[in-house]
Amino acid sequence: MTTRWRWPIRVAALGYLGLLIVIPVGSVFYRAFEHGLGAAWDAISTPDAVHALLLTLLVVLIAVPANTIFGVGTALILARHRFRGAWLLDALVDIPLAISPVVVGLALILVYGKAGWFGNLLAGWGIQVIFSVPGIVMASAAVSLPYVVREVLPVLQEIGDEQEQAAATLGAGPLATFRRITLPSIRHGLAYGVTLTTARVLGEFGAVVIVSGAIEGRTQTLTLFIQDSVDNLNPVGAYAGSVILALIALVVLAILGRNTEGKERRWQSTSDQFQSDSEKPLLSTT
Amino acid sequence: MAASVPLLAIPTLLAAGPASAASGNVALVAYSTPKPAYAALISAFNSTAAGKGVNFSQSFGPSGTQATAVVNGLPADVVNFSLAPDMNKLVKAGLVSASWSQGSTGGMVTNSIVSFVVRKGNPKHIKSWADLVKPGVSVITPNPFSSGSAKWNLMAAYGAQLAQGKSKAQATAYLTQLLKHAAAQPSSASNALQTFLSGQGDVLLDYEDDALYAQRQGEPISIITPPQTILIQNPIAVPKNATNPAAAKAFVSFLLSTAGQKIWGKQGYRPVLAKVAAQFSFPKPQKLFLISSLGGWTKVNKVFFDPQTGVIAKIEQGLGASTSSG
Amino acid sequence: MLVRIAGPGLAITYLSLLVLLPIAAVLSKAFSGGLGALWSAVSQPEAVAALKLTLLCSLGVAAFNSVAGLVIAWMLVRDEFPGKRIVGAIIDLPFALPTVVAGLTLLSLYGPDSPFGVDVAGTPFGILLALAFVTLPFSVRSVQPVLVELDREAEEAAASLGATSAVTLRRIVLPSIAPAMLAGAGLAFARAVGEFGSVVLISGNLPFKTQVASSWIFSLSQSDDLSAAAAVSILLVAIALAVLVGIGLVRRRFNVDESI
Repeated sequence: MTTRWRWPIRVAALGYLGLLIVIPVGSVFYRAFEHGLGAAWDAISTPDAVHALLLTLLVVLIAVPANTIFGVGTALILARHRFRGAWLLDALVDIPLAISPVVVGLALILVYGKAGWFGNLLAGWGIQVIFSVPGIVMASAAVSLPYVVREVLPVLQEIGDEQEQAAATLGAGPLATFRRITLPSIRHGLAYGVTLTTARVLGEFGAVVIVSGAIEGRTQTLTLFIQDSVDNLNPVGAYAGSVILALIALVVLAILGRNTEGKERRWQSTSDQFQSDSEKPLLSTT
Repeated sequence: MAASVPLLAIPTLLAAGPASAASGNVALVAYSTPKPAYAALISAFNSTAAGKGVNFSQSFGPSGTQATAVVNGLPADVVNFSLAPDMNKLVKAGLVSASWSQGSTGGMVTNSIVSFVVRKGNPKHIKSWADLVKPGVSVITPNPFSSGSAKWNLMAAYGAQLAQGKSKAQATAYLTQLLKHAAAQPSSASNALQTFLSGQGDVLLDYEDDALYAQRQGEPISIITPPQTILIQNPIAVPKNATNPAAAKAFVSFLLSTAGQKIWGKQGYRPVLAKVAAQFSFPKPQKLFLISSLGGWTKVNKVFFDPQTGVIAKIEQGLGASTSSG
Repeated sequence: MLVRIAGPGLAITYLSLLVLLPIAAVLSKAFSGGLGALWSAVSQPEAVAALKLTLLCSLGVAAFNSVAGLVIAWMLVRDEFPGKRIVGAIIDLPFALPTVVAGLTLLSLYGPDSPFGVDVAGTPFGILLALAFVTLPFSVRSVQPVLVELDREAEEAAASLGATSAVTLRRIVLPSIAPAMLAGAGLAFARAVGEFGSVVLISGNLPFKTQVASSWIFSLSQSDDLSAAAAVSILLVAIALAVLVGIGLVRRRFNVDESI
């Protein structure tokens, strides 16, 4: 707000970030390349490692879009519609996080496993969920379910729906309204939500280790490969694998961030009317 | 080679899951420690007549987790766990015949012992179980409710007391002291080793073969053989629903053959075949006892490791109450 | 119209397949041993100690990181300095790292071999550190998009009318971002409550001292006491749900004319 606070905020924020995030993450990168680029490359280019990476990417490419659609849809429902039990849906969305990942895995087996509730049904259809890729996708989607909702919902609530209503009275259909009014306004929240979801899917271990069976070269994701490397006292493999995961997350953030970067700058110049936010009164009443 | 992997991988990924029974694929499901050993064993097996052209899919993880996975439907042609109760889980589920332990080696494929792992050069001069509970000595042992390795450790400690002529009550009291000296009780053997290597604790209780592997990897540790310790026996079997039983049995025979046992020995595991074991110079503890002399795993699991009523749970609760935190 | 019905229907189906049905299965498993077994599972001293420790640490971290997250998000949105983009990008990385690597890294940096001489291994501080590490992205990213959308004219008007920074913060800014902060706190709390891999290494996992609920649940599942594991999990989820509903209610009060 005032320039007086700029340096205290910087020191506090950067200090905390430095000790808590930057140094540990930097340490991971350091240990990956401690013995040279060659050693790191060798560790990460074995057939099992490459397969693990591809499997992880496949899981991301399915789980993240699914959660994004669910997230935006649910946020819209919660923000724009009143209905009984909305408070429960709102709280339930966060629940997957509170369940220990091991329990998520065991729960999925209880439902979709050979002896589970849908076991016979799935076997009849010839579908293998547990110990196969679909199970990994489901476990990953389950643990990362809330993030898009949680990022988009507050933004939707903050900006209000006046513009959407205005568009409706001017004759715009719901899809056009969504595409032209709503979507641009939730771009930041959506970008962060998708980034968080992607990062979470990349890093998930506990639930996946249970539902995948950890079959090397088949159902072993990169996190499982990394745990394997730790177990076999191959730290370079573990850290190099982690660097790959971090880089993927950074790439996703860079791609999504690019869409929002320009908007942020223009907003700060105040004069641009591109902002799709509603025109707020001088003093907020919410 | 590198370029073809991604292209081939995509159909594999989409169809991924348990292998089909086609042409000699053996699904190996084992605990995590023997992964490097199996790399050597499989390649040796593939160069024998019986093993030519046999492909392996491999899954490694904590022994209990692997057993549960097989019970839940993880396809397995060969299962190798770190302790018998995990095999019994499969017997209970009807996946392994109850006579799995009737073979010539009692159903076991490798042996090991519980050892002390200390800092290189043994700066605190830890030689015996009594040294572990001296003032200022801190111990790392995994949590016995989540790790099979920890169960071996604690029964080694208990049995060592009995082997020294102590009474059962004294042995239980020793366990209390030991757990009091625990600076950490990590959730798995792997975590325990990592915790120890990160600088915590003066002594880690671990399998000898795991410690030998760490030493070969260059970790700065020394391995001390306790004067009294338990013989760790690792079971192996071919489940009833194996999709490739012929190749699986051939592989298990190889693992139990002289050639296979020699490879195990080189990897740090004590061979179960006496004449192969004689070719190696593993340290000989003064007193080496079996779990059967302590009542066998079924009884021991119930009496000691039941999470609600077991001896260990009572000890932990007593220790916890005395700190009155949490 | 179709979207009106299909939308919530699809959302509920998706939620059911991934979350509700599995939770129902866990619930059913929890009761499978009977009410007596359920009660003894949740009243066991180890379970109570682990639950207490977990809830306290999670609440503390959620609250602390809410404030820290606001400060960091403020800096990212309102401040400019070289390297800011890099800093912003790094914030999400704790998430992408597998929990075992996070745990190992924190143990090596802030454990016995710490290059800074800071050793929190085997103490509750280690738990707080690990939880803060994995939940900070929520606290920052929940507030950041709302800060970006915030209309600065109100703040500028308040400043020109003579309001101090503190007043402007309290009366203009906070009410607008409070819902987002609370949402972030809820996420952080929920994640912290279920966290296992990154905490279990640095905490030392000592029963009654530094063993978190997820570790005790893991022990029960490995000891083949699945119904006890399910029972303690359900209790943990129920408490977390209660806290989240509470947070949701407080958020509602800030959104007077919204539906939630």
